[in-house]
Amino acid sequence: MISTAADDTRIVITGIGLTAPNGNNLAEYRAALLAGRSGVSRYDIRYVGETLAGICDFDELKYQKRKEVRRGTRAGGIGIYCTNEAITDSNIDWAEVDRERVGVYVGVTEHGNVETENEIHDIKSYNYDTSFWSHHHNPRTVANNPAGEITLNMGITGPHYTLGAACAAGNAGLIQGAQMLMLGECDLALAGGVSESIRTFGIFAGFASQGALAEHEEPARACRPFDQDRNGIVVSEGGCMYVLEKYSAAAARGARIYGELAGYAMNSDASDFVLPNPKQQSRCMELALSRAKFNASDIDIVSTHATATASGDIQECTALRRVFDGEAGVSINNTKSFIGHAMGAAGALELAGNLPAFDDRVCHPTINIDRLDPECNLPGLTINEPRQKDRVETILNNSFGMLGINSVVIIKRL
Amino acid sequence: MTNLEIRKEILDILADIAPDEDLSQLDDAASFRDQMELDSMDFLDIVMELRKRHRVQIPEEDYEHLASLASTVAYLEPRLKDIQKV
Repeated sequence: MISTAADDTRIVITGIGLTAPNGNNLAEYRAALLAGRSGVSRYDIRYVGETLAGICDFDELKYQKRKEVRRGTRAGGIGIYCTNEAITDSNIDWAEVDRERVGVYVGVTEHGNVETENEIHDIKSYNYDTSFWSHHHNPRTVANNPAGEITLNMGITGPHYTLGAACAAGNAGLIQGAQMLMLGECDLALAGGVSESIRTFGIFAGFASQGALAEHEEPARACRPFDQDRNGIVVSEGGCMYVLEKYSAAAARGARIYGELAGYAMNSDASDFVLPNPKQQSRCMELALSRAKFNASDIDIVSTHATATASGDIQECTALRRVFDGEAGVSINNTKSFIGHAMGAAGALELAGNLPAFDDRVCHPTINIDRLDPECNLPGLTINEPRQKDRVETILNNSFGMLGINSVVIIKRL
Repeated sequence: MTNLEIRKEILDILADIAPDEDLSQLDDAASFRDQMELDSMDFLDIVMELRKRHRVQIPEEDYEHLASLASTVAYLEPRLKDIQKV
């Protein structure tokens, strides 16, 4: 596809590092998505008891010493693993990179809940005497912790911060990285999202109180977006970090390019704490399409946000109909049906799982649809089996979150 | 606790705090910092663990006594002498 963007604003993806409940690198993860292999399993957490979750099993000691794992947070460890993997994947000569010109931008849904819950649980044994409260609490819970741990691990002296963007955070991290490259704030952006949320009982209990926590006898079948028998969210951990560069820099070093950021948008619903707003979701998609100078008919795959709650799924389908009504060529899928909701990592992971479609032209499916909700019966919804397509030149990735935060990223093949 | 028990307890705490270190060759008389990668947060971990395990409160002005294994044991000996090893 021919780019219409000016050279200095063209941003490309040149490296991907990830851990998902069904894969610890892009090849494993993509294979699982094409094979219909779920990453959801049984999980037990304090106070809530037995539930379901997407759990990652990457090697924590691949890039960290045991002391560093102990000192840091799970979100930090996930970020460190993913970012190191992304740099390796990019084939950049990391030893020669000016670390002051590297920026780290990590999306998170929440941060600090895990440590706070643990500390409160621990001081209960000491009659709530706060002199037993850990001195590690503040460095572990500051909001920049996951991004900061990455800089500590990799000797990066450029800017770093996290983006708190609820479940739109994975896309938000990617967008922020691209914007910082365009502004000249860095030459290399390490951007994406992470989630440690399965280690906080509060997120499970909160969804349960909301009537939105999935239950199923078979863990692999628990996350069922668009299915009439869905009963809520499966909470997952995970991470996905991208190496982003200006196209000119990537081309100059002969980098493998996964795709170009053709368009993006973020907006707000301004309507409800929890309930999504299809008008604003569709507006966000239209803004991204407009910035990419694309029509809806130019999109080949839509990666949906749907979390397997009735209101969320139906609202997103309403938004998709507004944008893609009558577009027969678009294929629509959902990754949460495999891995659950990886929260701050979700947007970044869900995009990553679709990017290999630029090479194999296969749209991975949405699994666990036995009885399609008629209100979610979208033309192009790829149900249970992968779909071979004639053309995959563009992918549109939706990621939405509480308080009405919407993010859309469009990637095009080069 | 006897001096030997206190010494073992300190080594046990160090093993938790610095799991990558080989403590078998630790010189009791030499400072921890000369032999291990320990920073200020690690020393606070030692203080916290002693507080949690034995309810020993170590004021900040006494932290200098935690420089080596020998000095730590000497400092703790009168404070732990009446405490039974659990």
